[in-house]
Amino acid sequence: MNRLAYLRASSLEEAKQALALPGSIALAGGTTVVDLAKLGAMKPDLLVDIGGLAGLDAVRVDAGRLHIGALARMADVSRNADVLRLAPAIAESIERAASGQIRNMATIGGNILQRTRCAYFRDASTYAACNRRTPGSGCAAIGGVTPNHAILGATDACMATYPGDLAIVLAALDATVHTDMRDVALVDLFAEAGSGRETVLADDEIITAVSVAADAGAARSSYLKLRDRQSYEFAAVSVALAVDLTGNGPQIRVAVGGVATKPWRLPSVEAVLRAGPPTRARIAEAAATAAGDARSTPDNHFKIRLLTRTLERALLTALDLS
Amino acid sequence: MTDPTKRKHGDASDGALHLGSPLARVDGDRKVRGEAAYALDAAPAGLAHGVLVRGTIGAGTVLSVDAASARQSPGVLMVFTPFDTPVLGAPDSFLDGTPGEGPFHVFPASILHWGQAVAAVIAETRQQAETAAALLRIDYAPGDVVPSILSKDAGPGVPVGAVDIDRGDAEAALAGSVFRVEATYETPREYHVPIEPHGAVAWWEGDRLTVREPSQWIDAMARTYAGWFGIPFENVRLISHFVGGGFGSKVTAMTHGAVAALAARELGRPVKVAVTRAQNFTAHGGRAATRQTLRLGADADGRLKAIVQDGESETSVFVPFVEQLNAATSVMYDVPNLRSRQRLVHVNTVTPAHMRAPGKHPSAFGLESAIDELAHLAGIDPVELRLRNEAGFNPQTGQPWSSRRLREALVEGARRFGWKDRPAAPRSMRDADGAFLGWGVAAGLFPALDHFGEAGLRVDADGSIEVLSAGIDMGTGTYTILAQAAADALGVLPGDVTVRLGDSELPSGPLAGNSLLAGVMTGLVHKAAAAMRETIIGLALTEQGSPFRGSELNTLDITRGRIHPTLDEGRAVPIADLLKAIGRDRIERIEDNFPAGTSAQERHRIMTTVAGLRPPDGGVSSVASWCAHFVEVKVDEDFGTVRVRRVVSGFDCGRLYNPHLAASQFRGGIVMGIGQALLEGGRVDPRDGRIVNDNLGDYLIPTNADIPDIEVFSVGEPDFRAAPMGGKPVGEIGIVGVAPAICNAVFHATGQRIRRLPLDIAALLSTN
Ligand SMILES: Cc1cc2nc3c(=O)[nH]c(=O)nc-3n(C[C@H](O)[C@H](O)[C@H](O)COP(=O)(O)OP(=O)(O)OC[C@H]3O[C@@H](n4cnc5c(N)ncnc54)[C@H](O)[C@@H]3O)c2cc1C
Repeated sequence: MNRLAYLRASSLEEAKQALALPGSIALAGGTTVVDLAKLGAMKPDLLVDIGGLAGLDAVRVDAGRLHIGALARMADVSRNADVLRLAPAIAESIERAASGQIRNMATIGGNILQRTRCAYFRDASTYAACNRRTPGSGCAAIGGVTPNHAILGATDACMATYPGDLAIVLAALDATVHTDMRDVALVDLFAEAGSGRETVLADDEIITAVSVAADAGAARSSYLKLRDRQSYEFAAVSVALAVDLTGNGPQIRVAVGGVATKPWRLPSVEAVLRAGPPTRARIAEAAATAAGDARSTPDNHFKIRLLTRTLERALLTALDLS
Repeated sequence: MTDPTKRKHGDASDGALHLGSPLARVDGDRKVRGEAAYALDAAPAGLAHGVLVRGTIGAGTVLSVDAASARQSPGVLMVFTPFDTPVLGAPDSFLDGTPGEGPFHVFPASILHWGQAVAAVIAETRQQAETAAALLRIDYAPGDVVPSILSKDAGPGVPVGAVDIDRGDAEAALAGSVFRVEATYETPREYHVPIEPHGAVAWWEGDRLTVREPSQWIDAMARTYAGWFGIPFENVRLISHFVGGGFGSKVTAMTHGAVAALAARELGRPVKVAVTRAQNFTAHGGRAATRQTLRLGADADGRLKAIVQDGESETSVFVPFVEQLNAATSVMYDVPNLRSRQRLVHVNTVTPAHMRAPGKHPSAFGLESAIDELAHLAGIDPVELRLRNEAGFNPQTGQPWSSRRLREALVEGARRFGWKDRPAAPRSMRDADGAFLGWGVAAGLFPALDHFGEAGLRVDADGSIEVLSAGIDMGTGTYTILAQAAADALGVLPGDVTVRLGDSELPSGPLAGNSLLAGVMTGLVHKAAAAMRETIIGLALTEQGSPFRGSELNTLDITRGRIHPTLDEGRAVPIADLLKAIGRDRIERIEDNFPAGTSAQERHRIMTTVAGLRPPDGGVSSVASWCAHFVEVKVDEDFGTVRVRRVVSGFDCGRLYNPHLAASQFRGGIVMGIGQALLEGGRVDPRDGRIVNDNLGDYLIPTNADIPDIEVFSVGEPDFRAAPMGGKPVGEIGIVGVAPAICNAVFHATGQRIRRLPLDIAALLSTN
């Protein structure tokens, strides 16, 4: 029978040992893990509660970087004065995520590693085919209900959207994910969608913090999230920008959410923006390249148009041109 | 019918003290403290827990269920499958009480829709039951699935016939009309999603069954349990003290209750079956998806000459449930020629059910959108167009209205909203940030029905006064308004009255549906309390031991619970003291509104089946509530986002028994209407019919952030043809017309006409 063991780890070593066991999984705020375990989309044998590990919940500024501990609660980070000052889009993205209750429980590390909301991934009892759950089993979303599915990065293997908000901002800010074993760029953290792995992390690897350079771009960062419901809904499209106006011509970094299989930087857009002064025409031209590689279904086709327009609006606003 | 001028107590014309005043709900305090015990809070000793198991195919047959490992799983007490569940009896027909058609197979092997319950597991704990349920190996033979009305193979459906209307010659009148509009309007499946999900706790004492279950109709549910288990109706006790929202979904007994009662009988111990949030999308139906094509014709002045309606609504493959699409179309305006047809499209879904303002909502969505299209085409202000088409009597039946103050709602609503400043052309109003603003209007109605019932009143020598009824309060305010009604008629304060509801041992109560319970029960409680007052005064004048005996007074008065000679409150005696003085422990009265000579058998029939529903006023006049909604939206055209910024709504619901609680119902209906317009819709998998968004994270209903200030006002006047105490339906009307008002406002903002709900980002961006 399906016995579920629970261990409250009191040290990093103890947590790592437990996480090395097959079928174990780290538990932070639990808002993703418990949800998916109840649905049967995740079937852990052992929950390793890392919530008690000391020293992983601080927000600090060190050597020009803003560090946010992996166990810091979303609610606390969104109100943190250093975060608000040095990288306001981080606070903004968290404030617009989930609900007040969830933000009180959920942690930064857990938020980055949250799973997709694809209904076919979530319902294992009806849909055996899901390359995310069972590599090689196929994709039940093809031909299904897909208004929330990805238009960027979507393949026949998987078109499930990465649903989180914070990681979009972190992607734009070139964030580094610090683990107990190494540092990884946030954009390199996520594995190929449908590959059967969610991330490049080892099973017993624990995220300890994320950090971003407290630079001019972070200080002028912004996050625009669009959705039907004004609260408590995932993004239909979101745009994170970091705009550095201190140099010769603006340096603009762009990442988008709600439309892609993982947090998605848009180098093509950034390149157009780098090519000359940020006029309205250039911004329109840049935004138009955003969905160049898009692949849509009849259900999510509207996101192509929405992505372009959201990006354009976000850029105009950030550059005070709107 | 009661002559309002002759009423002494509790009506609006003689200065009733309490009924009609904005008393805060009497059960609010207990609810806020978490002290109000809902059905599933019951935890009788020895409670076992059951879970329902949903099938995972859209149609076909269960070939086998391998329950071996489930049965061996820790804590498991019992597993029910299609092949080993005792067959239950046949309850009398829900329609009219005639003998039932056949036994009830709790888990039929044939699967008619995705998520149909195929098994149940009972264990010591809920978690053990869930664990074991996951171990069941169910083998299916899948069949062909028709997932929804939108499926290519759904076909044109079958004519309903019974609701068809042919008034005049609509086609000819349409052909001769100066202005004609034609369009197709669609509404998706919507779900009740009450915050309290369904469930039941059942136990037996000998052959007596007790069920605690949220219920909108105690007596009808009890009748079903009696039929299932072959026991007399009196042997079923159904208790539903509080209901955490129903919206029409808690009217009938269902599989979860059958499993709880059956398992409790087999195991000889109490069993609880809680329906999960996801199961609330498949264990019972929501509102049927609909589609209707409307053609309207009007003369040069905008006077309607013809309406032609061709509609379809979705239903299951096994029950012909009709979501009546002409419920508003046929009576809203003065139209001499009307032709209406409706077809049922049978698909693999759970049978749809009544949901707040059944029929009226989709009907008004079509009609009130089409009227706006007509107004635009004819160049007539949409409020003015509606006023020009006001119906002086019910155009479908020819009956006079008992009251219809829609005109007042429209005129006063327009004034409060500032409608006169509305530029007629779309795309002519912008907010400071450049986004478009739009103003829209739509009207709505809710036809009234009446029902029978009883009300008990009990006065004790210990000073307690109780109102007794099996009727229920689903958060709407029954507890409060019945205390108010009793207080007026008896001469006490509402706070002195304890209202006991929701228990089949109490005097028979009507359905809490069709927005009729408040009207029926305030009348009955008034009657019982007035009778009690006469009884007490009679005893005070005549009984041995009474201080008033032999006082040569003709009558006495009761004020604030004290009996006294009229105009002389100095010699007042509390009711309880009188009872003690005359040696009585308790006085009880039960009053009813059954026609004289109704047999006990007939009473049972009309209180437990829909056969007891009847038109108010003996069918002489046509009775309905009316409303008009004025809405301001802000539309970001680039993004396709619509935000409702302001709502002003006027209501004619006759006399409001409690304006504070009625306003809550109006606002709640409007909030639900905003959800219908912008957010709600079951997403049906086009292959197997699964509802993929079966949780509150993905099935979107409004949050606080989506709701602006809502101003509601009443233009109603007491209508004693509608109900003894002068009120008309309140609970459902608020939702009717909100969605078209919003779509009309979006048209005014952008020039874009959205005819399929929900009006979400995808809908707006697919056309611009
Ligand atoms: C209804 C609903 C709506 C939501 N809406 C939004 C939204 O709009 N925007 C948004 O961004 N999010 C949204 N969320 C997601 C929510 O923010 C995440 O569930 C939450 O942030 C996860 O954090 P947690 O601490 O609870 O993670 P957990 O559930 O504890 O863990 C999540 C994953 O991360 C792993 N993990 C956690 N911490 C570490 C660590 N330090 N090292 C290694 N692995 C770790 C766990 O093993 C697990 O795989 C929503 C969730 C729900 C249920």
